[in-house]
Amino acid sequence: MSKQPILEIKNLHAGVENKKILKGFSLTINAGEVHALMGLNGSGKSTLAAILAGRDGYEVTEGTVTYLGKDLLELDPEERAREGVFLAFQYPVEIPGVNSTYFLKAALNEIRKHHGLQELDAIEFLALVKDKIKLLDLNEDLLKRSVNEGFSGGEKKRAEIFQMAVLEPKLAILDETDSGLDIDALKIVSSGVNKLRRPDSCQLVITHYQRLLNHIIPDFVHVMADGRIVKSGGKELALELEANGYEAILKQ
Amino acid sequence: MSTATETIEDLVKTEYKYGFVTDVETESTPPGLSEETIRHISAKKNEPAWLTDWRIKAYQYWLKMPEPTWQFVKYPKINFQDISYFSQPKPKANAPKSLDEVDPKLLEMYEKLGIPLRERGRLAGVAVDAIFDSVSVGTTYREDLAKKGIIFCSFSEAVHEHPDLVKKYLGSVVPYTDNYYAALNSAVFTDGSFCYIPKGVRCPMELSTYFRINAAKSGQFERTLIIADEGAHVSYLEGCTAPMRDENQLHAAVVELVTHDDASIKYSTVQNWYPGDENGVGGIYNFVTKRGLCKGKNSRITWTQVETGSAITWKYPSCILLGDGSKGEFYSVAVVNNMQQADTGTKMIHIGKNTKSTIISKGISAGRGQNSYRGLVEIRKSAENARNFSQCDSMLIGAKCGAHTFPYIEVKNTTASVEHEASTSKIGEDQIFYCNSRGLATQDAVNMIVNGFCKEVFKELPMEFAVEAQKLLGVSLEGSVG
Repeated sequence: MSKQPILEIKNLHAGVENKKILKGFSLTINAGEVHALMGLNGSGKSTLAAILAGRDGYEVTEGTVTYLGKDLLELDPEERAREGVFLAFQYPVEIPGVNSTYFLKAALNEIRKHHGLQELDAIEFLALVKDKIKLLDLNEDLLKRSVNEGFSGGEKKRAEIFQMAVLEPKLAILDETDSGLDIDALKIVSSGVNKLRRPDSCQLVITHYQRLLNHIIPDFVHVMADGRIVKSGGKELALELEANGYEAILKQ
Repeated sequence: MSTATETIEDLVKTEYKYGFVTDVETESTPPGLSEETIRHISAKKNEPAWLTDWRIKAYQYWLKMPEPTWQFVKYPKINFQDISYFSQPKPKANAPKSLDEVDPKLLEMYEKLGIPLRERGRLAGVAVDAIFDSVSVGTTYREDLAKKGIIFCSFSEAVHEHPDLVKKYLGSVVPYTDNYYAALNSAVFTDGSFCYIPKGVRCPMELSTYFRINAAKSGQFERTLIIADEGAHVSYLEGCTAPMRDENQLHAAVVELVTHDDASIKYSTVQNWYPGDENGVGGIYNFVTKRGLCKGKNSRITWTQVETGSAITWKYPSCILLGDGSKGEFYSVAVVNNMQQADTGTKMIHIGKNTKSTIISKGISAGRGQNSYRGLVEIRKSAENARNFSQCDSMLIGAKCGAHTFPYIEVKNTTASVEHEASTSKIGEDQIFYCNSRGLATQDAVNMIVNGFCKEVFKELPMEFAVEAQKLLGVSLEGSVG
């Protein structure tokens, strides 16, 4: 059975205001796969995440991004989200006064509307939330508070993964989700992510450190430098990186 | 690159949906202001001599006053001789005796505004006094309220039917010497609402006045007087709209509230006067004096306002906390968009012992709007153990608007505790992108963020109003982000 590609990035060149950041980046992710993207600061990892999610301010000069057969770059960020793209933010944004549950219900209903499904009412949504909340050992009180407001670093990351659990994306991009997490939080977040693996969806895990990959076991590991992938391999590549450092790999 | 900012600009652009003109025959006095105009108005309303004299005194005083210039708003000098001071729908033979006799065109207009006056369609649980240009066209639920001893009628009727009450309280909170526009209002006011809640009565429904300016070249000068006697409680709503016109129109109202021992008044405003177009042409000058006197011990006055309309909003709903243990509260959301300007806030004057005041002000600026919070917290020497808490937050949408804060604090008693918190935030592209990346369209994201910002004020609004206010805010900011 041939694999169903979800995301195909071909020879992507992009940057901001005359500064090139991505220089011929290519990557294909199939349904059911987990890919880890590693690299030093400034290698272009977060830029890639931002471009995939549709953040303003980046200019794509060359290359294509195909998502489930569609030109992803043509879609507005909210359309991408409704089509199943999800970015777990490195720095989740606070929205004071907007209740977390209300926010997430509005988001889920936008996605459901887009797919011609009936919107969930408050009661149905709460039932869904109760179900998902167990996955992540999330303190229910967080959902009664404003979106990310006053959350600790760990709480913010957990809330991101919780959103991911509720919205059930086809393509989940985790941008340095491990940064700022202590080991316990890291375990909780990783186990949540693992539980969200499904045969019809995929995950792109962006990280600086190998330690996350002790918990989220990737099918493929890619090392990024100067705007493109310089080496790809299985999960053992991450261990090699950990042992020898980026320098050794980049020299090869 | 700059799309995020442009979106912000686009989002605030929207049509004012109450801008229609109602085609009713009106009779207006020719523009101009003199003692004669005032006598004319007074005669039209068949007023007693004491009231005519009061008006004339106010006018004489006004003539000697300089026009104030300290406010942080700009507008060309107003020519007071250009304004028509009295306009009313032409009476058909006899004045309507009940709402059934009111010109159907007027009833239709109020229906279009969502304020049905006819018996059948009336708003459940809300009694409405509808003011059209200079006169009240009708008050609903009067009889039901009368059974409880509550007086709710137009100001003109109150002058004839309850002269003692009017005489006792008129100008007792805002004397005509108070300020320039209060003096002008005292001289030329035409109508307004009057409300008296007797001892120990809790008003069973929301009372409401709906103001509509229709005639061109006219000003609206109304007075509202609400008295809550000992232990009485009332919640009062005020709404306003006007047609879209190229010229500026002046609205200079005076609102006076009095609470006796253990009484409370909650006064809520949703102000949606025509704000002018995106280039700042036309719109209402909303120069209003609103003040409440907490006369009795443990009495309470709450002002809640959502200000989205008017070319210029200039007002400070205030509380004089005279009775020991009395409480004043001010919750405000003021939105400026396009070329709108607002200089608004409150004054809390603590005189009695153990008096408390709370101020929550949320200013939102979009387009090229300028929004100022100006507030005074004054603790007089007699005010032992006075407490105040103020919070003033500003939100900026886009890069061409402004937010300003002018807090004044005067404390003359060392037992006082005064707290002031202030913040200014920009509606972030980050916040909008975050919402986008969860599937929410930009307009919905802005509405959500702004509503979140205003939450502390909205929760103080009566239920029906809270929903309307949220919608209104959405409409006012439509096109401000994109």
